[in-house]
Amino acid sequence: MYDYLLHIAVLCGIYVVLSISLNLAVGFTGLFNIGHAAFYGIGAYTSALLTLAGVPWWIALIASAIMAGLFGFMVGVPCLRLRGDYLAIATLGFGEIIRAVMKNWTGLTRGPLGLPGIPKPSLFGVQFASIDMYLLLVVVVAIITVVIVNRLVKSPFGRVLKSIREDEIAAKSLGKNVVKYKLQALTLSAMFAGVAGSLYAHYITFIDPSTFTLMETVLMLCMVVLGGAGSIIGSVVGAIILVILPEPLRFISLPSSAAAALRQMIYSVSLILMMIFRPQGIFGETSTTKKFDLRKLLGMKKPKIKLRTKKNA
Amino acid sequence: MSIVAQLIANGIIAGSIYALVALGYTMVYGILKFINFAHGEVYMLGAYFAYVLAKVYHVPIVAAFIISMILCAIVGVIIERVAYRPLRKSTRLAPLITAIALSIFLQSLALLVWGSEIRTFRTGEISKGHNILGAIVTDTQLMIIATTIVLMLLLWLFIKKTKLGKAMRATADNLEVAKLIGINTDRVIATVFAIGSALAAAGGILIGIEQNLEPTMGVTIGIKAFTATVVGGIGNIWGAVVGALLIGLVENIGIWFIPSGYKDAIAFVILVIMLIFKPSGIFGSGREEDIRAQGE
Repeated sequence: MYDYLLHIAVLCGIYVVLSISLNLAVGFTGLFNIGHAAFYGIGAYTSALLTLAGVPWWIALIASAIMAGLFGFMVGVPCLRLRGDYLAIATLGFGEIIRAVMKNWTGLTRGPLGLPGIPKPSLFGVQFASIDMYLLLVVVVAIITVVIVNRLVKSPFGRVLKSIREDEIAAKSLGKNVVKYKLQALTLSAMFAGVAGSLYAHYITFIDPSTFTLMETVLMLCMVVLGGAGSIIGSVVGAIILVILPEPLRFISLPSSAAAALRQMIYSVSLILMMIFRPQGIFGETSTTKKFDLRKLLGMKKPKIKLRTKKNA
Repeated sequence: MSIVAQLIANGIIAGSIYALVALGYTMVYGILKFINFAHGEVYMLGAYFAYVLAKVYHVPIVAAFIISMILCAIVGVIIERVAYRPLRKSTRLAPLITAIALSIFLQSLALLVWGSEIRTFRTGEISKGHNILGAIVTDTQLMIIATTIVLMLLLWLFIKKTKLGKAMRATADNLEVAKLIGINTDRVIATVFAIGSALAAAGGILIGIEQNLEPTMGVTIGIKAFTATVVGGIGNIWGAVVGALLIGLVENIGIWFIPSGYKDAIAFVILVIMLIFKPSGIFGSGREEDIRAQGE
């Protein structure tokens, strides 16, 4: 039971890194990336393959970040000049391609059989083999991620990203190279996802293509939206809630396929309800330019129009 | 020689299905300027509705086909009403997120109701097939092409000859002005969703008869049909048809050169190439502001 709780905690830590990295693209910059699981997978495979080949863990970790970042850059170059939905469909397609490669390039990835026996990491002679030690490692990485992203979004760089999200034309008219900033944001976001992938691979010690599906991205998106797009604390809380929330379903005896489908339905319905009733999430910034007001849409509240009458003119 | 003919025939058949799905994407995009991600799932539902009608209730296949199209039209209208209309005035991100969520929802609903096993309409023996210019084409495949042509002619007549079709063209041209001159744009949008969904359902049923049914069948077709609309010029109805045939042909001829496991990747590569060099598509109207990012 104790180990089970620690296991949940490790997963929470990994998903915190993932949701924060996705939030950097989706929440802070307004880039709709739905291929995030592909970057996660690239990180996992890079780290696994390198350590299986005998490379030290910390080099593999850095390599997985660089590799994922590189792919983020490659996807971004053609798509970031276009409108947001094109990035969405391109990243969706990219995710499917990466999975096709993972499945079909059997010489490298062993295809659907997956990669077993990924070594547990060690650093300066410290072994992270036990679950307690691994939790420590994951928590440290998660905290580093929170600190770095927090510093980033509060810096002038982060303010440019937010301005791009709010109004690209305005950002451009202030002389900002919008495409360059968007590219940097996507690359950084992919790099953190790569780190999370490495953490996951060395924790589970087995990876196969079925982990890195579109559903995984949707789960991360749920975490971001639930916590609030553009909120770091929101991403942390969103990740923790959504990792813990479906756990009770485990103790109800359901066939596993039905349980998975049920979980996905819970996620997707909560996403839709969130978007309609509280699109800014739990901790969302309220100062977005386009505020959503359901009452106004339903015609329950009259829009405020100031009439210039003779009295107050 | 006959291999080339066969690959071309396969390409045209696949392209017909893509075209039926692509029409829904392009019509919705033409008016609302947003990608209806749940469209692939409507295609999947269409196939399952017809399957249930034909297999469980023993409805004749033609009737099952039409009833399923009508049911999907209703599903499309409900989708628009519940998930998209409340968000029409919000940020661009919101409808994209609900669309993705809706697509996952419908997929898992199908998984829950019908299970993950692959199903098939096929009952008896497989018919022999005709030799047309060296390519072997079965009755079902001929039916796919014929049905596609008929449905497209009907769509063309609807858009060109009816009042609602005229309103549709006006709304696609400029939603605000269409509203000003008294067109009920909400009704037009609902009609577009109904027609697009019915066409997607037709595609799903045809592929269900030709191949198999599974809950995830809508995902890859969604990407391919969307690619077709981009290739043809998004928002352009005939562009979508040409783009779909092109994708079908390139894909089927492509597996001659590369391992078939990568077949689904071809459409994506075409998509990226188009996005880099000509994002407005083959028949792009030159209204690049629809496509370029705001700041560009």
